[in-house]
Amino acid sequence: MYSFVIHLKNYYMEQKVSIPQKGPKSLAELYWAMTKLALQGFGGVFPVAQRVLVEERKWFTPQGFLEEWAIAQVLPGPNIVNLLVMSGSKWFGAMGAFVAVAGIFSMPGLLLILVAIFFEQFREYPAVSGALHGMGVVSAGLIGGTSLKMAGSLKAHPLTFLGAITFTTVTFILLAVFKFPLIPVLLVMGTSSVLLTYLKIKHSRVAKEGE
Amino acid sequence: MNISFSDWLSVLIHFASMSVFAIGGAFALIPEFHRFFIDEHAWLTESQFSSSIALAQASPGPNALMLAMMGWNFGINATPVGYSHYAFAILGFVSCLFCALTPSCVLTFTATRWVQKNNEKMGVVAFKKGLAPVVIGSMLVSSWVIVRGDFVLENNWPIWIIALTTLLLVWFTKTHILWLLAGGAAIGASGLLGSI
Repeated sequence: MYSFVIHLKNYYMEQKVSIPQKGPKSLAELYWAMTKLALQGFGGVFPVAQRVLVEERKWFTPQGFLEEWAIAQVLPGPNIVNLLVMSGSKWFGAMGAFVAVAGIFSMPGLLLILVAIFFEQFREYPAVSGALHGMGVVSAGLIGGTSLKMAGSLKAHPLTFLGAITFTTVTFILLAVFKFPLIPVLLVMGTSSVLLTYLKIKHSRVAKEGE
Repeated sequence: MNISFSDWLSVLIHFASMSVFAIGGAFALIPEFHRFFIDEHAWLTESQFSSSIALAQASPGPNALMLAMMGWNFGINATPVGYSHYAFAILGFVSCLFCALTPSCVLTFTATRWVQKNNEKMGVVAFKKGLAPVVIGSMLVSSWVIVRGDFVLENNWPIWIIALTTLLLVWFTKTHILWLLAGGAAIGASGLLGSI
């Protein structure tokens, strides 16, 4: 992989593509920075990404990072992957986007395969399958806790906290109790929520201008 | 399990088509993949599904790796008699991850400039804020489907207590994820939760 990255770097040098001053100096630097970042991120990499990219590497200003992050959240796909596609392509074009995403997935992916092989080998032992089961239950709690933490941010929602929570609850019931597929639920609930939010924002902006 | 080539294809197509609906990231897709792999096709067992998520959480890297782990377990189940499990598992791991990422990456790559330019526009703000409650609802279902797999009436109370305790710890404290997972592994290894 490393020689591949060096090769890409030389390719870019030959093409005389100017490398921006801010951001990584080379594709290799980008790749290894992403690998290092990914290997520190347990249960998602966002907190680590902010520390490494803003504070340590200084590839982003704090404000710039938050702005990029906000855009990454709007677009579908894992937020960190979107962020890397956006910044990677800003720094080195399509190749930069590819190298950044490859950097964040290759080593952790390899490591996870080794972990999975280990557990597969010893699955027959009750202690190992029990441990997996216990970790699965904890994961459920982890995701639930993370979601509820995020729900705190709904307090400042344009639809009011109650309105936003209603959308959350109805979505939950449709998916959990009625087991509808995600796409129709997302289309119906998402569209109506976005539409109502739009009208609400528009209304409040008009009201402000009227003052 | 008897899994044909066209089943592989439909799994990969499902990953690719869900990719552009993954607003809020991999967690929000868990209910959909649970419905697809377990309720609709029975291509994964409940225990494989929950351990896919558990191992991806216990190992460093982006959360999207849990989708790759579902591909891994699908590959194991799809291995024809006489072939190596691991070859098919790795094939499932890599191909599912690739399909889950590529469409959303291409979309991001092409849409970034437009979104950057229009980020303050009312429509984009409303999109971002309006989807948040729906995404959170979908994430809460993720948590629910993992535990619901254990909804056997006898002897299931420790599972609910552990899930609930973890939820409260994550919500109100800053306990490190590895401590929580290690605790869960220790309790599970002791046999308290039963094996599945």
